Amino acid sequence: MRAPLSWIKEFVEIPKNVTPEQISDALIRVGFEVEEIIVQGADLTGPLVFGKVLSIEEITEFKKPIRYVGLDCGEKETRYVICGATNFVVGDLIVAALPGAVLPGNFAIGARETYGKTSNGMICSAKELGLGEDHSGIMTFQEGTVNIGDDAIEGLMINDIIFDVAVNPDRGYALSIRGIAREVAAALDLPFTDPVDALRTLTFAETGKGVSAKIADPSTASVFYLRTLSNFDPRATTPIWMRRRIEKMGMRSISLVVDITNYVMLELGQPLHAFDKSKIKGGLTIKRAGKAQPFTTLDGQVRQLDPDDLMVCDDAQPLALAGTMGGAHSEISATTTDIALEAVRFDPVCVAKNSRRHKLSSEASRRLERSVDPSLAQYASARFVQLLTENSSAQHVATVVDGQPRFAPAVKLDPTYVSRTLGFDISASTIAQVLRTVGCDVNEKTFEVDPPSWRSDLLTAADLTEEVARMVGYDKIPSILPPRPLHASLTSTQKRRRAIAQMLASRGLAEVQTFPFTNQETIDSMGFLGERASTYRIANPMSEEFPLMRVHLVPGLIEVAQRNISRGAKDFAIFEMGSIFRSSQKLVPFISPDLSKRPSKKIIDEIFASVPPQAFHVAGLLVGKTENEDWQGKARAYSWQDAIGFAQDILQLCNLQWTVKRSDFAPWHPGRCAELIVDGKAVAHAGELHPRIVAQYGLPERSVAFAVGLSALPDTERVRPTTVGTMPAALQDVALIVDESVSAAQVEAALRSGAGDLLESITLFDRYDKLGDGKISLAFSLVFRAADRTLTGTEVTHMRESAVAAAAKETGAILRTA
Amino acid sequence: MNPADISSWISDAQKAFSAASDLDQLKIARLAHTGDKAPISLASRTLGSLSPDEKASAGKLIGDAKSEIAQALAAATEKLEAERDAKVLLEEVVDITLPVQRSHRGGLHPISIIKNEISDFFIEQGFAVEEGPELESGWLNFDALNIPADHPARTMQDTFFIEPLDSGVVLRTHTSPVQIRTMLTQEPPIYVICPGRTFRADELDATHSPVFHQVEGLVIDKGITMAHLKGTLDNFARHMFGPDVTTRLRPSFFPFTEPSAEVDIFFNGRWIEWGGCGMVNPKVLATCGIDTDVYSGFAFGMGLERTLMVRHGITDMHDIVEGDLRFTRQFGVGL
Repeated sequence: MRAPLSWIKEFVEIPKNVTPEQISDALIRVGFEVEEIIVQGADLTGPLVFGKVLSIEEITEFKKPIRYVGLDCGEKETRYVICGATNFVVGDLIVAALPGAVLPGNFAIGARETYGKTSNGMICSAKELGLGEDHSGIMTFQEGTVNIGDDAIEGLMINDIIFDVAVNPDRGYALSIRGIAREVAAALDLPFTDPVDALRTLTFAETGKGVSAKIADPSTASVFYLRTLSNFDPRATTPIWMRRRIEKMGMRSISLVVDITNYVMLELGQPLHAFDKSKIKGGLTIKRAGKAQPFTTLDGQVRQLDPDDLMVCDDAQPLALAGTMGGAHSEISATTTDIALEAVRFDPVCVAKNSRRHKLSSEASRRLERSVDPSLAQYASARFVQLLTENSSAQHVATVVDGQPRFAPAVKLDPTYVSRTLGFDISASTIAQVLRTVGCDVNEKTFEVDPPSWRSDLLTAADLTEEVARMVGYDKIPSILPPRPLHASLTSTQKRRRAIAQMLASRGLAEVQTFPFTNQETIDSMGFLGERASTYRIANPMSEEFPLMRVHLVPGLIEVAQRNISRGAKDFAIFEMGSIFRSSQKLVPFISPDLSKRPSKKIIDEIFASVPPQAFHVAGLLVGKTENEDWQGKARAYSWQDAIGFAQDILQLCNLQWTVKRSDFAPWHPGRCAELIVDGKAVAHAGELHPRIVAQYGLPERSVAFAVGLSALPDTERVRPTTVGTMPAALQDVALIVDESVSAAQVEAALRSGAGDLLESITLFDRYDKLGDGKISLAFSLVFRAADRTLTGTEVTHMRESAVAAAAKETGAILRTA
Repeated sequence: MNPADISSWISDAQKAFSAASDLDQLKIARLAHTGDKAPISLASRTLGSLSPDEKASAGKLIGDAKSEIAQALAAATEKLEAERDAKVLLEEVVDITLPVQRSHRGGLHPISIIKNEISDFFIEQGFAVEEGPELESGWLNFDALNIPADHPARTMQDTFFIEPLDSGVVLRTHTSPVQIRTMLTQEPPIYVICPGRTFRADELDATHSPVFHQVEGLVIDKGITMAHLKGTLDNFARHMFGPDVTTRLRPSFFPFTEPSAEVDIFFNGRWIEWGGCGMVNPKVLATCGIDTDVYSGFAFGMGLERTLMVRHGITDMHDIVEGDLRFTRQFGVGL
């Protein structure tokens, strides 16, 4: 919302010594962020004058059209200038910068030779004068609105300060100069004149029958003012002061009638709509569209109406999309003489729905969906009649009203609530005084607070407390630490996640965070199937390229790896921790309990259950060499062992027991993927990525990856350690020959089961696969120890033989003798 | 047996030992002065032929002399051995400035680091860390937070919706639903922060990302006031930005707080918008079944990316989201 200082000053007595920065600070203090202070005219010096186009000579030998223009600038001689714009004809009024003028951007105007002519100045566009962004052509003016030869800096009221103010959605009233001026006055404690005061008693003579007005459903609008005017001469022009104010607000001047509707909206905040009365059949009714049908809005777009759209209709058809945009059929044209002016306090939700359904946010809808002062339908429409009759031949015919304004109820305020909420003492009389400043009626005995008509947002004690706080000043709120619990800690899950991240980061992996979006091609290329491939679709994704929620972390890591490789990285390791979104459950329809009280336990559980589970994973991708190669020599490449090792290190960090088996599992190499199983559940996979994927995504050959489902891991049980034995250990090595199809894990498990309780540790210290005949040799080192004695040779031999016998039984292992 | 001779044997030996420049020369000197042919050894052998009286006195003389020579030998040996050892070490010298680190440099993502830092700070203050799902119920993300459908406040946050639309499931637009979940499952007093990933349909540019992170705080207790909010934010700001930072509250609007405020920090010479905050709207407390006659509360929320960018002078959001190792590695593990 823009607000020119010159306009604010019409309603607030601002002393000369108050600077724009002080006004801006004051607005910020009361909750209006000033995004920009635009100083218009600061870098513009004249002579800048109005002139009239006397002659145009088209110069055609250049690439672009060039005009050599003769101007009457109120001087004895015709002034000739070169102009590149073509949006004017002979007789038009323009604004010219004469030699000696300096335009914004330090652009000095002088007489100069160009295109073979002498140009004695420049015809200006709005942009060249620093008045706006419009550079589509030069500024032109209607006959009678400016005087030839007059100083245009003054004539166009260029020197002004414009505040660009951010208005929060609860403060619809501040989308008007009236509202902003009121805030400036309150914040600086200056006298304020409400422009509505002058309109309250304004009445117009009834000279005929007006167009009828009706609200079909009172829930859609509270009050409807329809004012009929006639005898309008469509040649009437917008006075320059009004045009300039509209332009300073960032809008464009269109025609007198439309300009006045906009002007009144900007001044007071009430959107108005003017219909060409001759196009209205019968009367106007506010009602739903009722059926789907095409409707052309005045921006020329044909829109398909929803039966629920709220419309202003005549007896035959819809004429306007209520509170949002008028229709082309009944729009004010160059031949309009009779006018029906609509001012309605529409229901904000109806307008919001209109606007949302048609993706049409207009100046009107923006205000109406934020609530407009219900009393303004009357006063703003009166202001329209006043301005139109003053500036044209139009005459008031009749005013028809349906409904009546509905105001927010009074609020009972306990003044101690204010102090209890803000944390410092404010007396009841101060509270009353402050609330009066913002327009409330306050009964100091009962503390019934009746909010002003424009403050439909003041409904509760909390709302009033905010008003008091912002007027007293948020800077008065003291800084005190709350009483706090004596203790808190991370949960075990949070500690575990943090420890895993620290471990991976400390061991050379860099953490990345990717967007959790994916697409079907990626899911397919990874080879995910069934539940692992099904996910949720975003109805309105950022890009159709990534409409799905990710089902795995590895694809995101691959993308990051590709990016790093494309930027020159070769050997690196990365990891990510985050949620994945497999659609394990069908989404149920929205559960929407009453908000006034806590829903039942059952409903709460249903709401929680309506949100699909989202598993938390950690995954890593290791590409290239395990170390940077340098003068110390070559480094080895990452291999499947590294990936499995990291996965196991994560489980070990969580102090869990696991078993390993080979798994054919996407996106890994079917022969080189380990599945780690905890409590019978597969919780992690690791190994070499599928060569097809490695090739498709251009990763270094034999890149490896791991993924651990952290939310699937059981809690770590409290450790009950066994006493550490100090008796000597007995070492026994055994080499076993097994079929190559037998896994080392199977042999180790069999040895463990046979070795008995005194086995302290077991280590595979050699693996030999050159025996031939499909046989391999696995050599294990077994350490035995008893807590209370030195083991005898007989005991140790017996345990070793028992272990080997178990391995022989379970895996067909043969003790290697040579 | 002439004492003068003995004395000269001692001094000869001492001189020879100290003249030896290495252990080989010392060995020669040792043989010459303590070996079988050495004068002291020869003299020692003649002791047997002396009378008992003479034997006693000469024996003492020779014994003392031998001991003195042995001492001199030991001293010389020690010195030369030390010299030899020192020489070996000197020969083994290497260029210890050679670059030896070749392991990959890992690191935590800066968002994780700042999240950990904030969590640790609040845990020390007695706050628990609550988390919630990223796909979230629209009722928890909007309605329960007093953001009704078709209210302009909903369009303040461009929402990603999940199909089918009638499920109302969204990608959470803020971590505030975690506050609702907390209030629906825990009894006051509640002191929590909710860090997490959030989503809004903003194009990725230098300062925006459709996927970003927030941390929110929620306190519900007896007698909680806006002064407690200010105190908590002041403390938090000093922790994040240093002891000299000042904060300022500005009136603002959030449907879930009333009164509402923006919190700005004065950092590096200018006011910077840091986050939003306010007293939890009694409507929200009522929806969560918290007795507003007994309890009140405050809430606040900040963007982690914004906090990180302000504090570390990061100018481009792309660096945070792209996963370029050269960026992330600079942060180490955040110690």
